[in-house]
Amino acid sequence: MNLIAQLPVLPVVIPLVLGPIAMILPKGRAPWAYATIVSWLTFAACAFLLAEVEDKGVISYALGDWAPPLGIEYRIDLANALVLFLVSGIAALVTPFAYRSVQLEVDERQTPFFYCALLICLTGLLGVTITGDAFNVFVFLEISSLSTYALVAMGARRDRRALTAAFNYFIMGTIGATFFVIGVGLLYQATGTLNIADLHDRLAGQSSRVVDAGFAFIVVGIGLKLAMFPLHLWVPNAYAYAPSAVSAFIAATATKVAVYVLIRFIFSVFGFDFDFLGATFTYVLLPLGLAGMFIASLVAVFQEDVKRMLAYSSVGQIGYMLLGISFGTVEGLTASLVHVFNHALMKGALFMAVACVVLRAGSHSIQAFCGLSKRMPVTTWAFILSGLSLIGVPLTVGFISKWYLLEAAFAAGHWYAGFLIVASSLIALLYVGRIAEVMLLREPHEEGQYAIPAKDAPASMLVPMWILVFANLYFGLNTELTGGLAARAAEALMFMAGGQT
Amino acid sequence: MDGWTVFILDRYNYWIVIVLMMLGLYTVFARGNLVKKIVGLNIFQTSVFIFYITIGKVAGGTAPIYIGDELYGGHGDEGYGDKGHGDAHEAAPHDSGEGAEAASSLHAKIENEFGANDLKAAVNALEPAPVGETPSEPSLHSAPEGAEIGKLANDALLDAAKEPATDFEIVGEAVKAAADAASAYHSEVIYTNPLPHVLILTAIVVGVAGTAVGLALAVRIREAYGTIEEDELEALDSVAEFGEGGAPKSAGARG
Amino acid sequence: MISPALAIGLSVGLPLIGCLAIWLFDKAPNLREGATLLTAVALVAFAIIVFLAVGEGGSPQLFLFEVVPGLPIAFRAEPLGAMFGLIASGLWFVNSIYSIGYMRGHDEKNQTRFYMCFAIAISAAMGVAYASNLFTLFIFYEVLTLSTFPLVTHYGDEKARNGGRVYLGVLMATSIGLLLPAIVWTYAIAESTEFIPGGLLSAHSEALGPIAGVLLGLYAFGVGKAALMPVHPWLPNAMVAPTPVSAFLHAVAVVKAGVFSVLKIAVYIFGVDFMRQEGFSTPFMWIAAGSILLASLIAMHKDNLKARLAYSTVSQLSYVTLGAMLATSMGVMGGAMQIAAHAVGKMTLFMCAGAVYVAAHKSLVSEMRGLGRVMPFTFGAFFIGAISIIGLPPMAGSWPKFLLMLGAADAGELLIIIALMISSILNVVYLLSIPLQAFLKPKPGMEPRNEETWYDGPLTTRPPYADGAKNVIREAPAFCLAAIAMTAGGTLILFFFSDPLYDYLSPLIAEAGRP
Repeated sequence: MNLIAQLPVLPVVIPLVLGPIAMILPKGRAPWAYATIVSWLTFAACAFLLAEVEDKGVISYALGDWAPPLGIEYRIDLANALVLFLVSGIAALVTPFAYRSVQLEVDERQTPFFYCALLICLTGLLGVTITGDAFNVFVFLEISSLSTYALVAMGARRDRRALTAAFNYFIMGTIGATFFVIGVGLLYQATGTLNIADLHDRLAGQSSRVVDAGFAFIVVGIGLKLAMFPLHLWVPNAYAYAPSAVSAFIAATATKVAVYVLIRFIFSVFGFDFDFLGATFTYVLLPLGLAGMFIASLVAVFQEDVKRMLAYSSVGQIGYMLLGISFGTVEGLTASLVHVFNHALMKGALFMAVACVVLRAGSHSIQAFCGLSKRMPVTTWAFILSGLSLIGVPLTVGFISKWYLLEAAFAAGHWYAGFLIVASSLIALLYVGRIAEVMLLREPHEEGQYAIPAKDAPASMLVPMWILVFANLYFGLNTELTGGLAARAAEALMFMAGGQT
Repeated sequence: MDGWTVFILDRYNYWIVIVLMMLGLYTVFARGNLVKKIVGLNIFQTSVFIFYITIGKVAGGTAPIYIGDELYGGHGDEGYGDKGHGDAHEAAPHDSGEGAEAASSLHAKIENEFGANDLKAAVNALEPAPVGETPSEPSLHSAPEGAEIGKLANDALLDAAKEPATDFEIVGEAVKAAADAASAYHSEVIYTNPLPHVLILTAIVVGVAGTAVGLALAVRIREAYGTIEEDELEALDSVAEFGEGGAPKSAGARG
Repeated sequence: MISPALAIGLSVGLPLIGCLAIWLFDKAPNLREGATLLTAVALVAFAIIVFLAVGEGGSPQLFLFEVVPGLPIAFRAEPLGAMFGLIASGLWFVNSIYSIGYMRGHDEKNQTRFYMCFAIAISAAMGVAYASNLFTLFIFYEVLTLSTFPLVTHYGDEKARNGGRVYLGVLMATSIGLLLPAIVWTYAIAESTEFIPGGLLSAHSEALGPIAGVLLGLYAFGVGKAALMPVHPWLPNAMVAPTPVSAFLHAVAVVKAGVFSVLKIAVYIFGVDFMRQEGFSTPFMWIAAGSILLASLIAMHKDNLKARLAYSTVSQLSYVTLGAMLATSMGVMGGAMQIAAHAVGKMTLFMCAGAVYVAAHKSLVSEMRGLGRVMPFTFGAFFIGAISIIGLPPMAGSWPKFLLMLGAADAGELLIIIALMISSILNVVYLLSIPLQAFLKPKPGMEPRNEETWYDGPLTTRPPYADGAKNVIREAPAFCLAAIAMTAGGTLILFFFSDPLYDYLSPLIAEAGRP
């Protein structure tokens, strides 16, 4: 069998098949080293896939040689190739990063299971992205979610609240997934197919209560998964109490993948022929996106816990993505995709920086950040640079996101949205500035709970973190990969959806 | 019976689904006990399973298990899984738009191909037709696949016995044609659409896995907190965070 | 010989290399300061190369790369930018000399960080000066904001934190909240952010319609560094910084980058003719005039010398904004000349304030009585600087005031002329009073005894400086004085060489005929 011909399935197969093996490895370094290698392999497959798609256009892979639409199809176009690249890239950085952090935060006996769950989670996320089958999306969504619940719960060694957080996440996530599956069922009832491309063909021009209801269920279900305001209540605790490496991973990937699914369903399945779409944009995504941008960001300002603050900020940032989608234009969609990518870079780096602090200070309270620049300068600057990116300062990816979004807002005639976007960036300035000030200008605690040894994080954590930070800067200057590909992907999606290109 | 009652009674299965769904969701939100929440979640999921099974049901249809005498020359060891596909790929010819004829010609075709004993190839050979074509008429073509037609036909037959159809908007013309199609092969074996069953088997597995995770979490929470009542958990957490009586306390913020 | 285009690139890049060198020589202060000075000298050389090339009618440009298609990071020197580049680099050199004296005299902490941030700031200022489009300008504008934040909060105490918070808050809020949308809006309308002689947007007047005024407002307030009231509070708050920072950044680099941007936007984005025809800049002209007067009034009752100078800066910056908003060629010229003249003059004043602080540890105006007698050189320079700011000949500041009045007359705005006159009078009151007090009033404790104490005994007043040698006030360190002398001399020179400068800048108004 030619491996290249099977390339499209590799991102799923590699972690799925190799992942569980981590479970039987002896505790200690072995599972970690193993998981690292697997994640790199996966990343390589995804990178090849991206190059392939960029080169040759859409790849369709019939799983088990059962031709679509009856068989399950893996369909990779630019949009999901980009997300695949992103998710596997983050995984390839987080896994090596996780070692020291997991050593501290997770029970040693659980480490083989931890890395197994991490890889399975990766499988699920990649599967959701890569598949061209609506029901398959649900299955992979649950694969990733179930392993995420377990991962979050492993934070219980440090703080037992991780358990309740995981439980809440479990309830919300399951409801979301079930809603999604109801929606898919309704679509199946209306069309008799589950293949996304086929669904699109068959739904064309159809507008019935069944389809409408299916659409509503899908949007709400995915909305729960992507932490759309006000369905975000599981996010703060789950991110705050999960092991830090897990926070970095899921914050950078899980919600992004859900956003991708939303985009895929809205544009590839329903399209602009679908009457409900305009109303959804105007009355659901736009206001909820704006509300998320402001309310969640404002809540973030008042958090005493840095991880929780970043979690709320994530909810706010997802508002930008929804806003971009809601413009219903190529520019808006491009902006959303760009922000999906960029936000993953910045949030990944930020959570990694927090993980470094947790490693040394044992806490992610804002108190632990006092005078950090004197104790852990390398980490501090990583946090500040990615924080600036979050605000949207030029030369960082955050700026590129803002630029695309603003441009889309003005081009779509939503100029007021443009001002709201920048206004909410200023809230980001508040919460990032607050931490930055504490880190730079306060004196470190000399003793007590929050005292930090004057020792920076180990290289195994600093290197992946700084790779992400440099990615934040690099993609802030070179937008060929992000902006260029996203624009092409958005055009393709728009074309499929029948919108103006 | 007046229209209302018919409308309601006709859809008794959907009502069951809705009632179960609401019961389940209500339990999830209203109960403080974590295990009860999981139970509620399960009821909620069960409603979805029933919903899917409802979709797949064809009146008079038998379980989608291959019956040997229908397809003489078929091989028993092709087994269950293949049968599912066999049934599903009946869809393809229907898409050419000719109801009854298609059904019979399909049957012939299947026989041939089963004779060739290469089911997979058959599926693939049939494949390109439905995807590439654009709908030319509002009837069968835009209507669902063969498996689905069975169901629609089912509805149509039922309605025929009672009053004029008040069915899904999408059905329209398709109903009649579907009824023809269904009756044409009523003389053969009618299968219930197997695909939803397969899907829901998967969903059940997912649901069971989820329940397992949820219960495991509940056990761990019980170990860590000594309770699985949500309000008690919240009280314990707030004590851990703010100290007894809710007064903010700087120390002990970490649980 | 380095080509002008390369010189532009090096002007931006070299300070960053210098920054690295400073970091490497962390433990060797002499080498470290050597690196700073060397970089500064080289930078001045590059700026002169660019300046001369532009003077010969060239417009050297440097294209780096496109960030987003249609949005390149690119540089192109034109007269205004070349002038600003020369001023900034030249004064950085002066300021570096001064900083060495000040920081060593004060035995400051974190000197390495200080010099590093300074180097990054000057790099950003050069980037602003040579930017060929709004996008590039915005990028360096933000870098300038961020790199100066550690300088403002250098002391790291509660006061510095509060000041820094306002500083960063106002500058970031205006730039991200107003300037960025304005740029994107411009881009959405014109599909470019290039600086074009005659105005980028003037070709899109029909698409612009009534938005033009809104857009101009976004720019006028969005460029927070121009400190147009009410977005000025960052400037007084930035005065918590060490004096060299205030002297250079908040009299030259940062604030001038602000007004420079406003002027450049007025000339190259809107176009002077376009603004005059449409008349949408008039409201902002009044705001600028109001800003001039209000800030002067506030400055009058500030006892802290640096705060007084800060408000004076707010007032003086609005002259440039006013010049731009007058939308006449004389107004623009006045604004451009004001950038140069005020930079030199205000820097002199700030450095004098710093010198007083280093030598006498005095920062309140009321404490400076009689100090002129022990620090004659410093206060002499202060006097010169003050005269220049007020706009009296033979100092540099007189020309821009003159041109601005001409511009106001061209625009038919007599009230503006009156406002300018009142402002000059206010300047006299709050600036000249300082050296006068220092020279003419006796030191506290040295004044003749009053009636009651006269009869206490014979005329044996306490000998001066009885508290011991520690309190003896001498002139400021030589490094400081040298720097002060340079800028004070500069104000004189600029007065006599204003004609070449006028000619040099005249391409700025080549398109706009005098009305």
